[in-house]
Amino acid sequence: MNDISFLQHYWWFLVSLLGALLVFLMFVQGGQSLIWTLGRTEEHRRMLLLATGRKWELTFTTLVTFGGAFFASFPLFYSTSFGGAYWVWILILLCFVLQAVSYEFQLKRSNLLGMNTYRVFLFLNGVLGPLLIGTAVGTFFTGAEFVVDKLAVTNPAMPVISRWANPLHGLEAALVPQNLLLGLSVFLLTRLLACLYFLGCMADTGLRETCRRRLWMEGAFFLLFFLTWLGYWLTSTGMGYMADGLVYPVQHKYLNNLVAMPGVTSVLLLGVVLVLAGLVLGLSGWRKAFWLAGPGSVLVVLALLLCAGWNHTAYYPSVVDEQSSLTIANSSSSLFTLKTMTVVSFLIPFVLAYIAWAWRALDKKPITADEV
Amino acid sequence: MDAIDSSLVDWSRAQFALTAMYHWIFVPLTLGLGVVMAIMETLYVRTGREFWKQTARFWMKLFGINFAMGVATGIILEFEFGTNWSNYSWFVGDIFGAPLAIEGIVAFFMESTFIAIMYFGWNKVSKGAHLATTWLTIIGATLSAWWILVANAWMQYPVGMEFNPDTVRNEMVDFAAVALSPVAVVKFCHTVTSSWVLGAMFVVGVSCWYLLRDRHTDFARASIRVACWFGLVAALLTAHTGHQSGRDIALHQPMKLAAAEGLYEGGTSQGLVLGGLLTPGVNWAEPTTEERFLFHLDMPYALSFLATHEWNGYVPGIRNILEGGYPLPEGGVALSAEEKMQRGRTAIAALATYRTTRDAAEKQAALETLRANFDCFGYGYLQSPADLVPNVPLTFYSFRIMVILGGYFLALFAGLLLFGRYIMRWKWALLGIALTTPLAWLASQAGWGVAEVGRQPWAIQGLLPNVAAISRLDVGSVQTTFFIFLGLFTLLLVAEVSIMARAIATGPETDKTAA
Repeated sequence: MNDISFLQHYWWFLVSLLGALLVFLMFVQGGQSLIWTLGRTEEHRRMLLLATGRKWELTFTTLVTFGGAFFASFPLFYSTSFGGAYWVWILILLCFVLQAVSYEFQLKRSNLLGMNTYRVFLFLNGVLGPLLIGTAVGTFFTGAEFVVDKLAVTNPAMPVISRWANPLHGLEAALVPQNLLLGLSVFLLTRLLACLYFLGCMADTGLRETCRRRLWMEGAFFLLFFLTWLGYWLTSTGMGYMADGLVYPVQHKYLNNLVAMPGVTSVLLLGVVLVLAGLVLGLSGWRKAFWLAGPGSVLVVLALLLCAGWNHTAYYPSVVDEQSSLTIANSSSSLFTLKTMTVVSFLIPFVLAYIAWAWRALDKKPITADEV
Repeated sequence: MDAIDSSLVDWSRAQFALTAMYHWIFVPLTLGLGVVMAIMETLYVRTGREFWKQTARFWMKLFGINFAMGVATGIILEFEFGTNWSNYSWFVGDIFGAPLAIEGIVAFFMESTFIAIMYFGWNKVSKGAHLATTWLTIIGATLSAWWILVANAWMQYPVGMEFNPDTVRNEMVDFAAVALSPVAVVKFCHTVTSSWVLGAMFVVGVSCWYLLRDRHTDFARASIRVACWFGLVAALLTAHTGHQSGRDIALHQPMKLAAAEGLYEGGTSQGLVLGGLLTPGVNWAEPTTEERFLFHLDMPYALSFLATHEWNGYVPGIRNILEGGYPLPEGGVALSAEEKMQRGRTAIAALATYRTTRDAAEKQAALETLRANFDCFGYGYLQSPADLVPNVPLTFYSFRIMVILGGYFLALFAGLLLFGRYIMRWKWALLGIALTTPLAWLASQAGWGVAEVGRQPWAIQGLLPNVAAISRLDVGSVQTTFFIFLGLFTLLLVAEVSIMARAIATGPETDKTAA
């Protein structure tokens, strides 16, 4: 507990785990983006929204906690990325604002904008949320245009330490094909997971069959985009850093990380196998396939994020000033804060336990038309 | 951009204020109404009467409509610390991030998990388990408020940290001092109990409207009874914690107290301004021959007593704080604003030397200079002593609105409990109560006005002014997002009010059950 390096690795693990859980829980967004694709009748659309409507707050809370945990453990990232990539984060937040009200308001009388407007909001959140988050996470590997100069604090005229070097303030990330590929992969993964979730929780056999058939397209496109991105990722150059903090480019950095960290590689492979198994068994109509693909996606994202920050890797490379790149060593909180937060993190299993209880209590019985 | 554009600071402040004010329309109702509905569900479980179940479910329906908007505006607030106040996020993120993370892990998950059971679980879990989830939802919301208010209190009274010149930031050294700071405890109690008042007032107002229309009368009378007891206790606690809060302000933020009182020239045996009108257009940072009040009514000695617990205690005014030389409560004599600014500039220059020099002796000397002057570090970013004076009229009037309305709610709850049987027959009284319900929001917003406007120019009291806390953005981006948020939140607020009005017009289903 007194080794700051250990705690930095531990907190990068926790942040990565929260990120991975967020991607998994974004099946809610995937479901929203499929409202009109899967829900051919109003009754079906209501059933689909009832299923995701019971879970949206978990996704939302995970996003908030992900932000809070990042702030507490790696405040320099919070300061640099949020203040610099302003527009991409604002767009993500706006998407989630729309979602937060739409579930509650859509079926209420006198809701001002009409039911379909709120459903369009949910659809927009379902498409843009995963796409933008995936694109933003892509910059963990491709880098972003920023400069950090802590000495700026001593300049009263301009004391801001982080400067974004691109006037698009984050939107430029969408112009990088690799980022877009990852964004599309995350988007398609959430739709794939949503189909599997509906397959498990719907009593209506017709709706289940529609979901099962939809898996073909979502699965095929997901594999196409994800494997293309994975190929790029394994061959790309990343940033490493020395013990003294000096950052330098390393060819095939992420491939090297997988070789250097066999445990992480095993997690990645196990995750891929589980996602594929979930997909194949889902296609065959097995209703519990969600519980293979879901945890599988958590493991895959976890392994990718661990590769981004562990093994002396700069998790947020700067493409305009290598030495400004953020690493878990140069951007973390102090030893005292990390230790304090570590004690708090021991509550996480307890939190997961009551979430599991609540999930089970609500999903014990499949959703029927009567319920809506 | 070689220097900070002052309009960037203004627009960043405006955006944060806008988001916070919208957020605070919904949060106090969540905290207050949540307890009322949980009490009603408890009555249902204890008595087994369907009437209480339908009563609880009705208030729960309104709670849910409101809750969604609180969540929607809350997420923006958390991330705005990064998007618009990035330098702040680095300079104190080591301390400030922890409460936000703990809020997510400990409180927000509890709230968001159990609210799903509360709404969808009526026929899926037992009565007792459902009641537990209702209470856990509101406990989660209240815990969430605790951690957010710990973070806010720390900005007003920074404790438990040390500046680290190697990382150029403040670092936490005492978590208990941050989490259990007396200012945080008082702020939490005052904010939550005042939210309970708002929740109780909402229930009373809606119920009075039903009585006025002669609809759902059993439901309305029962709701008024529960809400008035709850509101009365809450209003008394709010008054008590408000007094403690005033004492904290006197000790740690004397400029805020001076602004709230319109006190330019301080002294001993100071009276509390009960009411008055400030002379428009007066410059509060400069001496003037003009009268600062058009008229005012004072309670003699009361301000001295509030601030020092002595009838003849010394309370500094704005001029005294700017010019210094008055005795400090903790001993010693106050420095002038100019002296503090000079010491702040010395501290900043010493930090620059410490960071750049390679000479060990010079580094050590710079470190000692920095430490000796660090208590004035934030003053080094200010341009003039006048920057230290907040908006006096806004702080002054906000304070009076909050206190006067607090007194009205206290009297109303007590009056309804004592004379309810008569008052509930008078149509004009019921109409008056229903129409004054929105004043609860006005009082709540005014309270935050005092807290936040009164502490300007500081993001963190004495340590970091707003001008040094912002993100390096172009003004146009912040203006654009300001108007996007303004438009979106206003649209959604109108939608929420419309939905809530419809739900209230429809009413509860208690008429189908025996009262």
